[in-house]
Amino acid sequence: MAAALKARELGVEKIIILERSETLGGILEQCIHTGFGLHYFKEELSGPEYAGRFIEQIRQSDIDVKTNTMVIDIDSDKVVTAVGPDEGLLKIQAKAIILAMGCRERPRGALSIPGHRPAGVMTAGTAQKYVNIDGYMPGRKIVILGSGDIGLIMARRMTLEGAEVKMVCELMPYSGGLARNIVQCLDDYGIPLKLSCTVVDIHGRERVEGVTIAKVDENLRPIKGTEEYVECDTLLLSVGLIPENELSKSAGIELNCITGGPDVDEMRETSQRGVFACGNVLQVHDLVDYVTLEAQIAAEGAAEYIKSGGTDEKKYAYAVHQEGVRYIVPQKINIASEKDVDLYFRVCRIYKNSKLIVKIDGETVISKKKPKLAPGEMETIKLKKDMLSKLKEDSIVEISVEESL
Amino acid sequence: MKKQMICISCPIGCMLDVEYEGKELISVTGYSCPRGKTYAETEISNPQRVITSTVKLEGGKHPVVSVKSNAPIDKALIFDCMKEINKVTVKAPVKIGDVVLPNVLGTGVDIVATSEDSGNE
Ligand SMILES: Cc1cc2nc3c(=O)[nH]c(=O)nc-3n(C[C@H](O)[C@H](O)[C@H](O)COP(=O)(O)OP(=O)(O)OC[C@H]3O[C@@H](n4cnc5c(N)ncnc54)[C@H](O)[C@@H]3O)c2cc1C
Ligand code: SF4
Repeated sequence: MAAALKARELGVEKIIILERSETLGGILEQCIHTGFGLHYFKEELSGPEYAGRFIEQIRQSDIDVKTNTMVIDIDSDKVVTAVGPDEGLLKIQAKAIILAMGCRERPRGALSIPGHRPAGVMTAGTAQKYVNIDGYMPGRKIVILGSGDIGLIMARRMTLEGAEVKMVCELMPYSGGLARNIVQCLDDYGIPLKLSCTVVDIHGRERVEGVTIAKVDENLRPIKGTEEYVECDTLLLSVGLIPENELSKSAGIELNCITGGPDVDEMRETSQRGVFACGNVLQVHDLVDYVTLEAQIAAEGAAEYIKSGGTDEKKYAYAVHQEGVRYIVPQKINIASEKDVDLYFRVCRIYKNSKLIVKIDGETVISKKKPKLAPGEMETIKLKKDMLSKLKEDSIVEISVEESL
Repeated sequence: MKKQMICISCPIGCMLDVEYEGKELISVTGYSCPRGKTYAETEISNPQRVITSTVKLEGGKHPVVSVKSNAPIDKALIFDCMKEINKVTVKAPVKIGDVVLPNVLGTGVDIVATSEDSGNE
């Protein structure tokens, strides 16, 4: 919605939003907790309220919206094929496409927990939908595996609804969620967070009756003798999100093996000219505010592409993640870019009192002290115009973390 | 007494070093904006949180509609407040901002809807 509104503002005349769900708003509709929009609206809104502001603007605009309409194919000529309730199969020849399909939760199959498949094992997001949209509680005694934000938020939500949340187990020695969510969702309710700990077995035939947890060593392998049985009727999984890129693949777009999203330039243009991407389909975001900003950048890119016809030849410099940095988005920067470019990235582990170093072709251009860096919190660094002027074709922009002694 | 706390007023989550005596804040460092200082003050004297939940909905597209307290309420009252929220049933249509439970537990805080449901036509 943010991308559509921005493109409209920039003079793009015919815009259509295709949404497979019944309503607009995506994942926000089930995120009823507050914490959205602190940057963008300078207010602390719930998910539906944040989405509501955009839905209202869309209603007042002449942007076309088709809900209950699922895109099933995008080809290399930008023909979008979708199925909807009114006209059945729909084919649209687009000049530019903005992908905003979000992400999905890593399912149980992606984990290797042995045992039967009793009822009561589900992703945290599924439980969130049950409680917040469908209005029923999927269980009473809960263990949560994984400390992603959805898991943390659900620990609080289920506690408030009277369930007993026994613990949150996290495989890594640090949480993947935001620090504020650990404080206000776990600490506030005395829910233990067990780090370096995992579920090794699920008990129960028809319904979950309990799980066995165990500590893990530095290679993340369970340590014999540390097993512990925990009684529960529900196991929630919050073990990561994967960008939803089946469509991108079929459109022949190059994906990044770390982010799971397309490789993009500073306008969020993918390897297919005229196809842009923003939000969780590109990289998993913690903050919707950044999703909105990213959507607006993609819209600027798309509007520009439509105007210019995409005949300009882009020359790229490349962003390369070094020591301590897991990935950087955008992966490439058009050296002719005239605006400041924000680089978004995540670090590999927790760092205290460290320095972020940015180098262009070996020369340090930014060195910034950071009291705290964590993988759960996306970082950004701005490349100002004067730094961008140093970029030549195939220049390398490196970001690394330097630990202070 | 001294302790470390994480400011939860925004997603940055600054680590604050606070010194306090009972419910009195003596000093606080580590915040990056004034809200961090205010947070430390209320957290020491009287911790408060915004509550979010759902209430039952009659005649809606969905069986529940999401709500929040329109201001933070005392942490100690959270569970009592949830009991009150769970007694409420509203009728569709509901709009964002509609008060579903005024002055909950006499706190002066209202519980308001945070999503809309135009109801089953
Ligand atoms: C549980 C949870 C808690 C969060 N908490 C916070 C928070 O406290 N504060 C904060 O700022 N941010 C938070 N976030 C992050 C932020 O809300 C999300 O990152 C953001 O809303 C993602 O937006 P999106 O548009 O990229 O994806 P989505 O919201 O997932 O939207 C993708 C949309 O694409 C549609 N779609 C997918 N495939 C197709 C197809 N083939 N055809 C048609 N439509 C399709 C889907 O139906 C969906 O509506 C949270 C996220 C989650 C999951
Ligand atoms: S002190 Fe300010 S910047 Fe830091 S977490 Fe609190 S509100 Fe955010």
